[in-house]
Amino acid sequence: MNFLFDFVAQGAQMLLVLALSPLIIGFTRKLKARLLRRKGPPIIQPWRDLIRLLRKEVVLAENASWLYRSAPYLIFAMTWVAASLVPTFATGLMFSWSADLIAIIALLGSARFFLALAGMDIGTSFGGIGSSREAMFGSLAEPATIMIVFTVSFVAGTTQLSEIAAYMAGNLELRASVGMALVALLIVAIAENGRVPVDNPATHLELTMVHEAMVLEYSGRYLALIELASALKLLLYISLIACVFFPVGLARHDAGLQAMAIGLGAYLMKLAIGGFLLALFETSTAKMRVFRVPDFLGAGLMLGLLATLLVFVTRSL
Amino acid sequence: MPLYFALTSVSALLAVGVYAIVDRRNPDVSRNVYRICIALCGILFVAAVMPRGASVLSATLPFGLPWIGVHLRIDVLSAFFLAVVNLGGAAASAYAIGYGAHEKEPMRVLPFYPAFLAGMNMVVLADDAFSFLVAWEFMSLTSWALVLTHHHDAENRRAGFVYLLMASFGGFALLMAFGVLGGAGGAYDFASIRESTKEGWKTGLVLALALVGMGSKAGLAPLHIWLPLAHPAAPSHVSALMSGVMTKVAVYGFIRVVFDLLGPPAFWWSIEPMSFGAASALIGVLFATIQSDLKKLLAYSTIENIGVIFIALGLALAFKANGLALPAALAFTAALFHVFNHSLFKSLLFFGAGAVLNGCGERSIERLGGLIHSMPKTAFLFLGGCVAISALPPLNGFVSEWLVFQAILLSPSLPQWTVKLLVPAVGVALALSATLGAGCYIRAYGVAFLGRPRSEAARTAKDPDRWSLGTMAALLTLCLLAGLLPSLVIDTISPAARDFVGGRMPTQAELSWLSIAPVAESRSSYNGLLIFVFILFSAYSARWVIHKFGSSRSRRAPAWDCGYIETSPATQYTGSSFAQPIRRTLGIIAFSVKERLDMPAPGDMRPARLSIDIKDRIFDYLYAPLTRAVETCASGLNILSLLTIQEYLALVFGALVFLLILVAI
Repeated sequence: MNFLFDFVAQGAQMLLVLALSPLIIGFTRKLKARLLRRKGPPIIQPWRDLIRLLRKEVVLAENASWLYRSAPYLIFAMTWVAASLVPTFATGLMFSWSADLIAIIALLGSARFFLALAGMDIGTSFGGIGSSREAMFGSLAEPATIMIVFTVSFVAGTTQLSEIAAYMAGNLELRASVGMALVALLIVAIAENGRVPVDNPATHLELTMVHEAMVLEYSGRYLALIELASALKLLLYISLIACVFFPVGLARHDAGLQAMAIGLGAYLMKLAIGGFLLALFETSTAKMRVFRVPDFLGAGLMLGLLATLLVFVTRSL
Repeated sequence: MPLYFALTSVSALLAVGVYAIVDRRNPDVSRNVYRICIALCGILFVAAVMPRGASVLSATLPFGLPWIGVHLRIDVLSAFFLAVVNLGGAAASAYAIGYGAHEKEPMRVLPFYPAFLAGMNMVVLADDAFSFLVAWEFMSLTSWALVLTHHHDAENRRAGFVYLLMASFGGFALLMAFGVLGGAGGAYDFASIRESTKEGWKTGLVLALALVGMGSKAGLAPLHIWLPLAHPAAPSHVSALMSGVMTKVAVYGFIRVVFDLLGPPAFWWSIEPMSFGAASALIGVLFATIQSDLKKLLAYSTIENIGVIFIALGLALAFKANGLALPAALAFTAALFHVFNHSLFKSLLFFGAGAVLNGCGERSIERLGGLIHSMPKTAFLFLGGCVAISALPPLNGFVSEWLVFQAILLSPSLPQWTVKLLVPAVGVALALSATLGAGCYIRAYGVAFLGRPRSEAARTAKDPDRWSLGTMAALLTLCLLAGLLPSLVIDTISPAARDFVGGRMPTQAELSWLSIAPVAESRSSYNGLLIFVFILFSAYSARWVIHKFGSSRSRRAPAWDCGYIETSPATQYTGSSFAQPIRRTLGIIAFSVKERLDMPAPGDMRPARLSIDIKDRIFDYLYAPLTRAVETCASGLNILSLLTIQEYLALVFGALVFLLILVAI
């Protein structure tokens, strides 16, 4: 019975992140539109777009290879698995131990690897430009993430997300190192999800785009899968920030249905706040030049390193 | 028993070299030699993994130096490395059955190839300084001969020269290291070295010398300069052996001297391996990112991986010195796991590069492209190798890097400040090199295998023969297995960790669902198998749902490309354009880049030109002055060759008096 309940809870989390991720995109779009005094499309719009794309026929470029055709499934699967392993409403779910924080970050790295390869498969210069920039951003953002992981796990003594969340919830105190790690993670999250000021998710202006350039040739169900994967990635980062830094209301896996319902409510609140802050931030800044991005990400990396060193210093005193 | 198996096979390998010379007229000689090599490597592999009655087997043979003899020994560490060497050796031989058929001058490879294998095995088996050094030099010389296979090419001759120079330098350092270890008494068998007491200054000296000697062979920066020249110069199966296996023999030598012979470590021993390891990891990967020669790229990436191994070894030393047995075992296991992994995927990638080289006659990725269409099988296998080496789950490269990260995460328990502050910096270097490595392989694979063919040769290339493909497939399977079932590998390495750092990781096979947890499950765990199953399940269920409820139709059409279709494949992103952002932002760490843009004035009909001049700082600031100094000394000492007989006599007399005085003091 317990086993069944755990299994259902894990499955529910998998389906929850899948269902919510396009909604969070729709939510930020709506908010952004409202902030610009437009009415904006309904929140459900990204789901409608996805379903429309899924029904359409795929137009494949003439020299697209098997890699190009299988990459969307792989990217989607890897991101989905990663997103369902981050605690959302409850910690310690059935499979939460199968990948720790480092492995989750690396899973996203695998998805990026295949996305960048898919961008180069057709042999157009736009695909190449996108892949090349994605590789550069990734090679700065991922080390920054690893430094954040170091900080957090030095503080909590573990890299298991559920344990980190439990520790953070149990030891609510202000730490400079954790604050720095939070700022660094925000920087990384913005860059990894291709949001303003690093990349503009709304643009199709060729020379400014990174993510859109890689997926330029995709259409139909493949495009839908990739869009869904990037929505999942955004959701993953918001859940990650929420679970590590604001683990309020997170239920334990054996706490029963009521606690889980509270956890779910808290999670939805956190998502709403995250989406609101993202929309607010995006409307108040402008996109930066591509070659300014390494400075931006470098700041994230340095903050992460400083946070790690700070933990070391304060620990030993 | 296994020791005698091993010895017989090693002598048989030497005999195969002789057979190759005797039977050189036979058109099948190449095939025969490689077949016998597979069998002998197989026997050696079995000898390494078969259960030994005692944990240590040793023997003394009555030749070599008269009062020493040849001491041989198999313990857990040498057994592990024997397995790695012979797995790589068997793979290279199997690949070479097909690949070697294309060799224009087989007699430049065949006699040396089995001898090279024998040399590597002997290094691992040796149990006294003398036979270790003889085997070491034998390995260097035979590999040097193999580097010179295509000696008509001036570049290869230069590579051979630089290699010989660095190998003799490294060998010299090792000679000194063993000299200091053996002491004036001259007890050169490892057992007596182990027993003897070592003073503080001696250990420091031996450590530095071992790092120079073994590091120069392993490709540790800044002693790596020969490696990207020599490894690609050899035929591809030999490149794979040199990069995948010979560097590991050097790692073995380092472990043997520093973890075993040198006695209990002091904490500062860890500083050198860690800092040089971190430097190698970064320098290696940055240079790999800008290479356009596929085999050179792989060679530079070997430097990166050796850096990772040395970082882990340094960590193990730091933990061991402070008596932290479990973290030391974790770091040590991570190092050996990475040794095993790297030998697998680096061989696989070099075999892939060899297949590309044979198929297109081209090593530069800038003239390839679209190979996924013309060589689909090679493309698939090479992709597997790229994913594995880029440390991406669920393949094996990720597991060993994950273990290194876990070891780093245990570093706050170290009491010394120097090490404590060094470790996070090393962690950044490791994280950077891992992600840059992924970028480097995206570039290599994307430019060479994807896109449209940039040359006729790339368009018409063909997959290699069955032997080559079969070997690559076998290696990829091993990579996948080691990634999905890492607990088996960790438990195999554990006894070595127990003997060499005094602790072992918890037995992983006892954990449920075949997952691994280096310290405790509440601290960190990873389950590659489950992740792999999840990914497959999600991908297939998504496909099923979409095909059932959405659409499964597709149509081919010209590429969209924002409405403008470039006809020439030359307009694709090239390797150097791909590397440009990384070159600009991170390249300054390792090299100095000068970009010169020659833009003609309006109306001028000259084409505009962009030239990029990349200089290796290490070469400029370390080796160039050294070469100049040697040259100055040499020409200064030239007068000595022009003295008269009286002056020579005076010189000899003076030297004699000087030496006598020295002895008297």
